[in-house]
Amino acid sequence: MNRYDSIIVGAGHNGLVCAAYLAKAGQKVLVLEASAEPGGLAATREFYPGFMSSVAHSISSFSSKVIEDLQLQSHGLNLSGRTMDTIGMGLDGKHVVIGDEMVSGVSPEDARSYVELRRQLKRFAKALASFWMKTMPRIGNNSPGELMTFAQLGLKLRLLGKEDLLEFMRMATLPMRDLMDENFDDKVLKAALSWDGLAGSRLAPRSPNSPVFAMLFKMFEASGGMHAIPAGGIAGLVNALVGAATVAGAELRLNTAVERITVVGDESGLRVTGVELAGGEVIEASRVISCADPKRTFLKLLGGANLEIEFANRINRLRTEGLVAKLHLALSAEPKFTGMGRANNRMIIAPTMDSIEFAFDDAKYGGCPEVPVMEVLVPSMQDPTLAPAGQHVLSANVMYVPAELRGGWTDEAKSNLLQRLLVQLEQYAPGISAQVIHAELLTPHDLEQTHNVTGGHWHHTEFAVDQLLMMRPTYEAAQYSAPVPGLYLCGAGSHPGGGLVGAPGHNAAREILK
Amino acid sequence: MNTEDRFAGERLRESPFHPRQSALNLREAWSSWNGYKFADYYYDAEYEYFCIRNTCGTYDITPMQKYEISGPDAEAMLNRMVTRDVSKLGINRVTYVCWCTDEGRMIDDGTIFRLADDRFMLTCGSPSVAWLRKSVLGFDQVTVRDVTDETAALSLQGPTSCTVLQQMGLEDIATLKPFGIAHFPFHGGSLMVSRTGFTGDLGYELWVTPELALTLWDVLYAAGENYGIHPYGETATNMARLEAGFIMPDMEFNEALKTVHFEHDHTPYELSLGWLVDFKKPHFNGRKALLAEKQQGPHYTLVKLDIEGNKVADGSWLYSDKACRKKIGYVTSAMWSPSAKANIALAMIETPRLNGSVWAEIYYEKELRYYEKVARCEIKDQPFWAPARARQTPPPPF
Repeated sequence: MNRYDSIIVGAGHNGLVCAAYLAKAGQKVLVLEASAEPGGLAATREFYPGFMSSVAHSISSFSSKVIEDLQLQSHGLNLSGRTMDTIGMGLDGKHVVIGDEMVSGVSPEDARSYVELRRQLKRFAKALASFWMKTMPRIGNNSPGELMTFAQLGLKLRLLGKEDLLEFMRMATLPMRDLMDENFDDKVLKAALSWDGLAGSRLAPRSPNSPVFAMLFKMFEASGGMHAIPAGGIAGLVNALVGAATVAGAELRLNTAVERITVVGDESGLRVTGVELAGGEVIEASRVISCADPKRTFLKLLGGANLEIEFANRINRLRTEGLVAKLHLALSAEPKFTGMGRANNRMIIAPTMDSIEFAFDDAKYGGCPEVPVMEVLVPSMQDPTLAPAGQHVLSANVMYVPAELRGGWTDEAKSNLLQRLLVQLEQYAPGISAQVIHAELLTPHDLEQTHNVTGGHWHHTEFAVDQLLMMRPTYEAAQYSAPVPGLYLCGAGSHPGGGLVGAPGHNAAREILK
Repeated sequence: MNTEDRFAGERLRESPFHPRQSALNLREAWSSWNGYKFADYYYDAEYEYFCIRNTCGTYDITPMQKYEISGPDAEAMLNRMVTRDVSKLGINRVTYVCWCTDEGRMIDDGTIFRLADDRFMLTCGSPSVAWLRKSVLGFDQVTVRDVTDETAALSLQGPTSCTVLQQMGLEDIATLKPFGIAHFPFHGGSLMVSRTGFTGDLGYELWVTPELALTLWDVLYAAGENYGIHPYGETATNMARLEAGFIMPDMEFNEALKTVHFEHDHTPYELSLGWLVDFKKPHFNGRKALLAEKQQGPHYTLVKLDIEGNKVADGSWLYSDKACRKKIGYVTSAMWSPSAKANIALAMIETPRLNGSVWAEIYYEKELRYYEKVARCEIKDQPFWAPARARQTPPPPF
């Protein structure tokens, strides 16, 4: 019989995590993926003959619990490789090298401050760590179990000691600029360190809100937020997740776009019955779990008409405009960056915090940054299979590029941005332009088209205090279940949020299996 | 000297019927409703009330908010918004509805007129554009238009109302059933008549474009000359609606979107409007919350009270005992009903207390001295005023 316990819409990494847990628990699970590759924004595609890349290009905090529960190592995940340093790129070829426990290329004072700040942040991250893998309490629900989640957090923070607790509370919503200025003098160091709090968000160094929180979220695993590329690239992770899910019995159908989530109504109300595919095929299931972003899930796939009015409007006003573009370059040879050996680390091209702020200023008003800032990797250094022998792939996250550009994303607008990016890269790696065989620039607008993610937003909806914790994506949908029975969320739009973490998929599965 | 009116935008607007109404407003007793200059009464509120009950009166409902909701999704959009099943509403029929927040708290009540398969008119007491704009999200093929200012409407209520309309030349009007709509050619335009009102008596509402408003007035008053036609204002309306047991915003209920305090608003069940909530409908706003409310029972229930004596129980607390030891509720509206010859009130009483005795603590004034009395109250099921003619088709000739 063609009936499933659970249909998962979208084979993003969270969808795969959720599928694996549910299949392991004995459910009959079907994962439907619109594109030809599993993984969502982590899917690896050939962007030019012989050259591969994925939009998400490194891992900093994938859940160790998920790795263990799903035995991802036995499915081929190998994270034992070297973690990358983060390099703050200096225009003069003098770079700042940021490691887990030390920084070099700065004054001894800054180096000492780094060690201290890093230790403090790690203590905070540890206090918060268990919170990310928990379901947030439902507002208005005062059941002991739900309140316990809060009590535990309170206790963990209290156990930090009075000084740390007060400092945590002071720092929690601090702008990155203030935190950096308090601790460091070196401009390049400050810019590179603040990047981790800002990447993927609608925030710049002067914005108060969630950057410190975002930084702590990325630090919740033992890696402390240091970035790495698994063996076999990001595909190594995605393949392991596909393996875990399918070996447990989940079915995965690629090239299968879901047109809508089907609903029936009777005297007991509405309930979700399954999905209808783009071709008209209807598949029934006891529940549908959406790994798509909340706006798309509720307003496009389910339909606002099937929701309550205020809820639908809360979903509609979610802040979903992505500001990160993705640059993929197919290079004829290994790129050479000034003042550096091999480019096998994570390079931040943003010489000052102001350079980040100014790039954001342009985007705020719908323009493209005059001088873009970016995070650059050469993933083929770690995984040579990504490019033909001797050739390389450069992968860059470019901020701040608006999804809705003033005047629209014309070919000319894209080509202008690409030129600016190459000019910028050329300053750090002279001669790189001549190595470019092919360039692919994916604006947030493009990502929305190719990955069916509203606004092309990495995190599906802004990771900011108004959309975090029990407010993520909004109250009445923050516990993974939707107001319409039979519908669940398991994507980055749910607590704790985006990035290659796996926590929303894990948490959703636990709620479903309750 | 600059003669420009600096306060032009702040001044009350005048309804298309204003030239006639202002001539008749002997007491200049104006207040306002939704930005329109609006009569509290014209000559004497009690006199106007007796016109409603014994002859007929006109009440300007131009300031009432009117929205045209049209398009292939109009029915579905309204059906999700209101608690009643709009799909059952026939063309040229009207239904009384209420709508609620997601939490099942009542935003407003009003009427829906079905003018075509895909065209409706929603009327309500307060501006509702914001809520309607929110309510259309998810419905692609629906247009909401505020037609308040392009509609002139007059309520004609009272036992002679049907006869007056016949005198005016609307011959078939007697066949119009309660909550029915009829259309008539009228002086180069058209006149819509609905058998609706807010007085609990025989009555109609007349709808034209603003250019035809004064013509309508003149023709109507000429036809009604020998049938006691007289304009009435807010005060007489409030008396008539209380006798009929109808609720009034800011009296019986707070609109949920306007309250500050949590639960200073109400559910339809508290307002004894549970009959408007149709759970056969799979989906409408507030359904889940309303189902829970129905199952638990509302905290308060709105009831009609017949109170001993003749001292009006305005603003009274209600108790379960004559000694006023246990407070169980409060009066929302009260009056001496000339037609029922009774001291009546609408009141909110804690639902579990509905079966016990009810006492009202009444403060009343005699020549600037206040006196207190505790009066026994009886809960009534039926409205204090519900004459058969309000329901009969054709209505009995006057």
